Amino acid sequence: MQLIQEVRYLIKKELLLEWRSKYALNGVVLYVVSTVFVCFLSFVSLRGITWNALFWIIMLFASINTVSKSFLQESKGRQLYIYTIASPLALIISKTIYNVFLMLLVTLIALFFYTLVFDYVPEDLGLYILATILGSLSFSTIFTMISAIASKAGNGGMLMAILSFPVIIPVITVLVKLTKNAVDGLDRSVSLDEIGILLIINVLVAAFSLLLFPYLWRD
Amino acid sequence: MYKSWWKILGAVLVVYSTIFGFLSPVPALPILHQGIRNLYFHVPMWFSMIVLFTISVVQSIKYLSNSNQENDLKAVQSVNAGIIFGMLGIITGAVWARFTWGQAWSFDVKQNFAAIAMLLYFAYLVLRNAIDEEQKRAKISAIYNIFAFPMMVVLLFVLPRLSDSLHPGNGGNPGFNSYDLDSRMRMVFYPACLGWILIGYWIYTLLFRVSALENKAH
Repeated sequence: MQLIQEVRYLIKKELLLEWRSKYALNGVVLYVVSTVFVCFLSFVSLRGITWNALFWIIMLFASINTVSKSFLQESKGRQLYIYTIASPLALIISKTIYNVFLMLLVTLIALFFYTLVFDYVPEDLGLYILATILGSLSFSTIFTMISAIASKAGNGGMLMAILSFPVIIPVITVLVKLTKNAVDGLDRSVSLDEIGILLIINVLVAAFSLLLFPYLWRD
Repeated sequence: MYKSWWKILGAVLVVYSTIFGFLSPVPALPILHQGIRNLYFHVPMWFSMIVLFTISVVQSIKYLSNSNQENDLKAVQSVNAGIIFGMLGIITGAVWARFTWGQAWSFDVKQNFAAIAMLLYFAYLVLRNAIDEEQKRAKISAIYNIFAFPMMVVLLFVLPRLSDSLHPGNGGNPGFNSYDLDSRMRMVFYPACLGWILIGYWIYTLLFRVSALENKAH
């Protein structure tokens, strides 16, 4: 019970901090929008596979930038303070949930803008949106844990990319396959395998984060 | 002597499988021809790698529970030994692919995902180099090692089953056991796997002992 309460307070704290500075959300939305625009100016017209692959590449870099902030951004003093008043489980759960919210928002905005600019809508939009939701879920669970590891190791961005790319590549390949089915408008029963795999990866990563974070937390 | 029986066994099995791997009769198949003999070298590399990485993750779990520096050394040295076997597996696979599929890198799912699994463990080593403080390095890299292991399992055992592969046993290709009607190949293949796993374990213990001595000297 106490855990749930702590999680609720910590999420509230994250949202409040975000609402006051509006830095992470505005920053990443601007990042995504300008990247999409740069892509539009250089490709002008895109269809099918390339359209799909480019979207995931944009989302990959946007999500690394968004989620890596969650641990790297916080000052030593504030981290110490949070560690003294909350349990490590509450901390990792609240960070993950907050990042899932943030990523969902960013991904949906990006998808909307991307379809708008390139004037191309996948055949099966419902499945595509489901895939982006699953994608942002897995991006945020994986990157939250990796950013915790990278922030403990002490030299931010570079290490974050090295550690997270090999972990995220399997997710990206499954996502690209799933969304390609949606772009081609294949029957939804074909994609059940990929959806299952994504869910399994998510559950695995979440379970391992919960198990391992308490060890990472103790300094 | 009684303690080193497994080293002798491993050496004998590897020598046996190498000699008989080249000399024993094999089923005559189109395309593969004598290349089928690579089975005795390519596949045992992957088995040894997986055994060594499993040892590494077990040692990392032990380190997290008892904070003994020795377990950390064991974890990193078994990754080092496992990476040697992984690279050898990729090289023997590339040579085999060159002569049966036409290209050294045939864009086969298993090839690609094995390369990514290697990247995971290279990232582990880079992470270790990035941290100076010993206790902290041991703890953080143990956590990453445990986190990476299920991903490696997904990469090597789950994802390749989702799509067609040129490897036997995938995408409608028959597995090797269907060629091996009179179990001739099994007589060499199973000893080869066991022998290489034992040799891999031996290399790991040597690496560990050297690094433990170095540690003591400092």
